[in-house]
Amino acid sequence: MNNISLAAYLSWQEVWRNRGRFFLVSLVIALITLLVLFIAALGEGLGNANRQYLSRLDADLLVYLEKTDFVIPSSRVERSTIRAVRRVEGVADAGGIAASNTAILLNGEEEVLKVSLLGIEPGRPGDPPVVEGRRISGDQAREVVIDRNVILRSDIKVGDLITIRSTQGTRDEFYTLRVVGLTEGQQYTFQPSIFVPYETWDRVRTKSDAERERASSTVNVIAVRLAEGSQAVDVSANMTTRIDNIEIADIQTAIENVPGYTAQQSTVQTQAVFTLLIGVLVIGGFFQIQILQKVPQIGVLKAIGASNAMVGLAAVMQIIITTTLGVALGSLLAFLFSLGFPPTVPIVFDGLSSAVAIVALLLIGPLGGMVSIFYAVRIEPLKALRLS
Amino acid sequence: MPLALEVKNVVKTFQSDSGEIRAVDDVSFAVEAGEFVALVGPSGSGKTTMLSILAALLTPTDGQVLIDGTDLARMSETERVVLRRQKIGFTFQSNNLIPYLTARENVELMIRLNNKFDRAAKVRSAELLSRLGLGERLNNLPAQMSGGQQQRVAIARALIHAPTVVLADEPTASLDTERAFQVVQTFAALIHENNRAGIMVTHDLRMCQYVDRVLQMRDGKLVKVYDTREEILALAKGE
Ligand SMILES: Nc1ncnc2c1ncn2[C@@H]1O[C@H](COP(=O)(O)OP(=O)(O)O)[C@@H](O)[C@H]1O
Ligand SMILES: [Mg+2]
Repeated sequence: MNNISLAAYLSWQEVWRNRGRFFLVSLVIALITLLVLFIAALGEGLGNANRQYLSRLDADLLVYLEKTDFVIPSSRVERSTIRAVRRVEGVADAGGIAASNTAILLNGEEEVLKVSLLGIEPGRPGDPPVVEGRRISGDQAREVVIDRNVILRSDIKVGDLITIRSTQGTRDEFYTLRVVGLTEGQQYTFQPSIFVPYETWDRVRTKSDAERERASSTVNVIAVRLAEGSQAVDVSANMTTRIDNIEIADIQTAIENVPGYTAQQSTVQTQAVFTLLIGVLVIGGFFQIQILQKVPQIGVLKAIGASNAMVGLAAVMQIIITTTLGVALGSLLAFLFSLGFPPTVPIVFDGLSSAVAIVALLLIGPLGGMVSIFYAVRIEPLKALRLS
Repeated sequence: MPLALEVKNVVKTFQSDSGEIRAVDDVSFAVEAGEFVALVGPSGSGKTTMLSILAALLTPTDGQVLIDGTDLARMSETERVVLRRQKIGFTFQSNNLIPYLTARENVELMIRLNNKFDRAAKVRSAELLSRLGLGERLNNLPAQMSGGQQQRVAIARALIHAPTVVLADEPTASLDTERAFQVVQTFAALIHENNRAGIMVTHDLRMCQYVDRVLQMRDGKLVKVYDTREEILALAKGE
C-alpha cells in the first residue's frame, strides 16, 4: 500500500517538476493518437462507402452467376432464377438486385451528382428501409428512394422530382422520377445510392444500342433471406443442387469480394499498425534515454531503502500518466477536427474502431517503456556510491 | 543494550583480471550509540567498500556485521531493504538528492519510505533543515542549491528517521574548507545529541578534530586506531 502511494507521489512529482519535457512527449503521443484515430476513421469511412448497402441488406446470402468470384458487376442472374430460389426450402424471401450508375442533374443541368442506381424489387430483400416518406409502391412506378448522402450533397427533398441522365446507345436521355422516400447509410461503390423498381431501372439505365432493342431479363445478384431456424450452409447446398450455374456467398464474403475492398482495408490497417509501432518506438526511446540519465538517483532511492517494486511501479505510473494525457489530448483534437469535416469526406468515427484504437494507443506506452522499467528495476543501489 | 554497530573479522574480496583483490581484509571494530567515528586512509584502501558493507549494500565474503545485535548476513534481501530505510542513514559523495524533489521533500522522503509521514514529520524536517542553515532553502530544488547546501540536505535526510547508524561517504569532498568545517561540526553535534552511531569516510584529516575515534585503513586492513583526544588532534593538525 505504501509502495503504491509512494510510487504515485514520486512519479507525479517528477512529471510535474519536468512538465515541459513530459508534455512534449505527451504531445508526440497526442499527434500519434490523432493520426491513428484518423486512419481508423478513414478505414471506416472508406469501408462504409463500399459496403454500407450490402452490410445493411435484409438478407443472409447473395446468389451470383457461377465462376464470377463473387464480383457483383460481373454477375448476371436470370430473373427466372429468383422464383426458383424462392421455392428452395429454408428461403424466406429473395429479391433481385441490379446495379449501375447514373447522374442526377442539379441546378438546372449545370451540375450533376453521380450516384449508384440500384434496381430492386419492392418489398423484397434489397429494398432498403425508409426513414422518411414511403417505400416504392410498385414494379412499374417512376419512383425513387434516395440515400441521405444524396441530400447531403444536394438540396433534393422527399417529394421533389429529379432528373437523371443516362446514355442510351450514343444519345443522352433524360428521365424524371419522383422522390418518395429517404433511406440512410446505403452507399455502394463509393457513391450515394438511389433505388428504383427493377422495371424502371431497366428502362432508365445506361445501355448500348444492342441492349436497347430488348428488355433485359437479368439482375446482378439475388439477395436471399433465410427462413427462421434454417442454416445458411444447408440452404446454400439445397440451392446449388437445385439451380444450375450459381454460386452463393454470405454477406461478409460478398463484402470482402467487392473489388478493391479487402486491399483497401488492409492498406489502411497496415498504416495504423505502423503508426502504433512508431509510437511504441518513440515512447520506448524516450523512456530508455531518461532511465539511463536516472541511474544515479534510482541508485540513491534504492540505497536509502526504496524497494524494487516501488521503483518499478513509479516508472510504470509515469509512463501511464504521460501516455494517458497524450491519448486524451489526441482524442480531443480528433473530435474537434471531426466536427469541421464536410460530410463528403470519407472519415467516419465509429465507436468500436475508435475504442480499439484508443486501447491500442494506451498500450503503446507501457509496451514501449517496458525495457526501461526492467532496466530501472535492475539498477544496483551500489551505483549510488560508486558513481560518486 | 547491544552495541549499535559491530564489525567482526569482515573480509571482502573481488575477482579481477589480475587475480583476487582483498578490498577489506579482516576488519573488526564496534561503534556505540552517540559515538562519531572517522574512517580514513589513502585512495583504494577499502573505505567505500567497508561503508557499502555497513549499509547492507554489499555482502561480506566472510565475517559478521551486526546492527542493533542483528547479523546482516542472516537477513533476506527484502529484510535488508527494510533495514536500510529504518536503521541506516546515508550520505553519498555526490548526486545525493532526488533532483525533482525540493530540499524539504528530499528529507521527508525518508519518512515517507517508512510510512510515517504526517504533519509533525513535516515540522521536524523543516526544523532540522533550519538547524543546518537551510531555513531559507526549504522549497529549493537541488539544482538551485550549492554543493554544500545539497550535502547538508543529505545529512538531514540521513538523520531525520532516527536511524541507528549514520554513514557518510566523503561529506566534505565538494565543499570549501570553511564550509567543510562547519558541516562536519554540525553533523557531529547532531550525532551526539541524537545518540546515533556515526561513521564518516574522509580523506581530509583536518575533519577528524570533530570525531571521537579515527580508524585508519590501508590495503583493506585496519592499521591504526586513534582514540585519545590528543592523538586525534595531533592527527587533525597533521603532526
Ligand atoms: N566492484 C569491485 N570490483 C572489483 N574491485 C573493486 C570493486 N570495488 C572496489 N574494488 C577494489 O577494492 C579496493 C578498495 O576500493 P574502495 O573501497 O573504493 O577504496 P576507497 O574508497 O578507500 O578509495 C580497490 O582496489 C578497488 O579497485
Ligand atoms: Mg571511496
